Amino acid sequence: MSQLTQEAITGSAARGSGYRAWRRVTPYFGVLPFLTLATLFLLWPTISVMTGAFQDSKGHFTFTSVHDVWTSSTHLAIFKNTLLLSGETALIGAILGALLSYAVATGKPDGILRRIWVSATGVLAQFGGVMLAFGFVATFGFNGFITTFVKSFAPHSFFANPSWLYGITGLAFVYCFFQIPLMFIVFLPAIDNLRPNWREASDSLGGSTWEYWRRVGIPVLTPSFLGSSLLLFANAFSAYATAASLISQGSIITPLEISGSLSSETGLANAATAKALSFGMVAVVVVVMALYTLLRRKVSKWEKS
Amino acid sequence: MKRSLGQRIWRWSILLVVTSYLALPIVAMLDFSTKVGRSKRGLYAWKAIFSQPELVGGIVTSLELAAIVIALLLFLVVPTVVWVHLKLPRLRRPLELICLLPLAIPGIVLVVGVSKIYMWLSIHWTESPLTLSAVYAMLILPYTYRSLSAALFAVDVHTLAEAARTLGASTSRTLFQIVIPTIKAGVMSALVISIALVLGEYTISSLLNYKTFQVEINLIGQNDGTIAVAVSLASLIFVLLLLLLMPTAKRHGKALLDVDAE
Amino acid sequence: MSSVAVQLNDIAKSFGPVKALAGLTLEIKEGELVALLGPSGCGKTTALRALAGLQDLDRGQILVGGKDITFQAANHRGMGMVFQAYSLFPHMSAQENVEYGLKLKAHKVSAEDRRKKSSELLELVGLSTHAGHYPHQMSGGQQQRVALARALAIEPKVLLLDEPLSALDAKVRIQLRDEIRRIQLEVGTTTLFVTHDQEEALGIADRVGVMRDGVLQQIAVPQELYDRPTSAFVAEFVGLTNPIRGTVSGSTVSILGSQIATLPGSVTSGEGTALVRPESIRVEADPSGSAKVVTSSFLGSVCRSIVDLADGTRITAQSASSQASVLRAGTSVRVTLDTPAVFVKSL
Repeated sequence: MSQLTQEAITGSAARGSGYRAWRRVTPYFGVLPFLTLATLFLLWPTISVMTGAFQDSKGHFTFTSVHDVWTSSTHLAIFKNTLLLSGETALIGAILGALLSYAVATGKPDGILRRIWVSATGVLAQFGGVMLAFGFVATFGFNGFITTFVKSFAPHSFFANPSWLYGITGLAFVYCFFQIPLMFIVFLPAIDNLRPNWREASDSLGGSTWEYWRRVGIPVLTPSFLGSSLLLFANAFSAYATAASLISQGSIITPLEISGSLSSETGLANAATAKALSFGMVAVVVVVMALYTLLRRKVSKWEKS
Repeated sequence: MKRSLGQRIWRWSILLVVTSYLALPIVAMLDFSTKVGRSKRGLYAWKAIFSQPELVGGIVTSLELAAIVIALLLFLVVPTVVWVHLKLPRLRRPLELICLLPLAIPGIVLVVGVSKIYMWLSIHWTESPLTLSAVYAMLILPYTYRSLSAALFAVDVHTLAEAARTLGASTSRTLFQIVIPTIKAGVMSALVISIALVLGEYTISSLLNYKTFQVEINLIGQNDGTIAVAVSLASLIFVLLLLLLMPTAKRHGKALLDVDAE
Repeated sequence: MSSVAVQLNDIAKSFGPVKALAGLTLEIKEGELVALLGPSGCGKTTALRALAGLQDLDRGQILVGGKDITFQAANHRGMGMVFQAYSLFPHMSAQENVEYGLKLKAHKVSAEDRRKKSSELLELVGLSTHAGHYPHQMSGGQQQRVALARALAIEPKVLLLDEPLSALDAKVRIQLRDEIRRIQLEVGTTTLFVTHDQEEALGIADRVGVMRDGVLQQIAVPQELYDRPTSAFVAEFVGLTNPIRGTVSGSTVSILGSQIATLPGSVTSGEGTALVRPESIRVEADPSGSAKVVTSSFLGSVCRSIVDLADGTRITAQSASSQASVLRAGTSVRVTLDTPAVFVKSL
């Protein structure tokens, strides 16, 4: 063995384990900037809300705020309102959105109708918040398009008095505006995945249209439908801007309550309430999203076969 | 197979019902914003949009925010996602979890958590939109992550990166000139969604007392509903145009999966 | 002689300007397996779907067991169909898939009989241990076996197989092909099998029909189709051929120094191109031979050689694999023909 290779071998052996460990670790530095930002503005705030719900003003562990919220009939009633509102709009949005996606999916696959719907729903699902509230005020508000129209010939009918718009009924009506397009977006792929082969196999085996839907179509679509509905539920449950802009007085849903206790001047007790309420919201959304993930997994398994 | 008459009637009635529900507020906004007084028509509200200094200020703030968010997206989020995908496969799951976390945290809850650090930063460092844009960068993570990971899995980035390395490209060159250009479509759709989201965001900015576009619309709405409605309609049309710039409608649908509407 | 089970009389269907079927007439006997073979777009799948009732026709008549079913809906025809792939219901286990037809009104039987039948069929296709598996837990080949069992469960009048093997790996394909044949013979169901793979068609069918542009070119037992094609298209589509120039007079052609009988339908006089199978060409090493080997490849069971003839024509010949070491590149060889008859097309 020559002098040179001898040296090269001992050289790299000498640099050995320490250097190798260093080489293994260096790539991890690449994620540090992102991790710092995420810690500051996402992870830490989340943790502080979650733990804050179980702390008193001095930072000691306590169940007081959670217990207070949990036993307060006002808070509970509003929380129930929020759950109901989310459930109703998720259900209505899911049914209408699913029917819409079926109606569109049975059209031409490259047709103009389909392309318009795909683009339009992308925008409309995002069109929540302040602008949407104004849209509905312009329609059903005091000088709204429909209100003025209805007033002129049926001054005592439901739509003639716009106060319904500024309550829970109004919110439900407005929320459907972004729920239906969202359902369309998430459910259309599921309908597209219904293979024509299944229908043909069922037909050739003697199945009627009804039998196909009962035994194949609906069971295959059910997990996607439930998953999408859960998504819609979480979407409505988390929504704040639309309600905040439409309803200026009174907290009829939990997000409004949270913002109320944040901005009021009464001090620290409210911060604890805000955190306890936030904890409740996150708990609901986490459960819903976990169920959603489970259903997604089932569907993606089926898609592989 | 041919459609039966019943099926056709059924199909068109669904389309008709949903279309009218969705079109109604938009038509109403057009009607409302062109009303002057009780019975006259005019474009005064539309003309007044740009003579509202607060509103223009809000638009400028929101655009500034969007610019910072885009910078954070391009120079921090995208490289990190790509880096983890290529070099640190073990961190893929944790990164995905972090990126999907905002879906489980309602905006209003995030405000509760962020408000303390926000107050600290605004006292000790800066009150500029920088802080808010960092929060926004977190909000867009789910959509960004989805479209980026879809794009990364669609092309074999590993082989491309290895090819570039064996040909002598440096790490940063590989990243910025080989990998990121090949997932351009994914980056583009993440970008467009981010802009749409920043321009439409109200919850966090209003509660942290920023004068963003949506906050200003809401304020104007308290005084002059007509102008607010005109602005809302205008921005709806703007967002529509923006989203039409998406590379393909299909990718758009995928990226929007799991979107919170606000 | 067994009776006719299926009759397609002059059926036609156009998709816009494309004529998928241009007057196809076909008879399938009771218990027979007929394969329809042809390039993509020849109308074979349209024919099968028309028989299944999944495709309306512009013209013509379909009879099954002597009954006109042209306008009968697919779900009243009682035909079992196996698709290319992905046709199993994803939310049902193998057993539930097989039992599907027997749960429907059209073929309803008691739960007990259903269970018995599905177990028998899963046994028949060799999957009795997979009864509880879901489609996503099975390989492509297993899925197709279940699809076959599902189609057979309703004791179909006709079994329709629409390229059932095309999505599978080569090895599984051959295995499953043989198995389909075994099962079909065992059950005795009249079967129509559609494929673009000639080896598959020749290997499985009682008779093979070659289709082109929506009509049947020739239908015959595999051996006859291969040895005695009645058109240049059939000769060239089924198996390999070497185009070799020769002079025709009457019913013989003179090529490579031999006089060979021509098949009916060939050119009858003047120059023509004979279509010669590689295995009909005999190549022998001979220093005085006028042809030269370009390259030889050892393919296991046979040796395939590419040979340049004296006039520059390049042909492919097939010989015993033991010849591989003799017929090296550059070897001078003598080429002779060994076949009773060839098809000769015009130049």
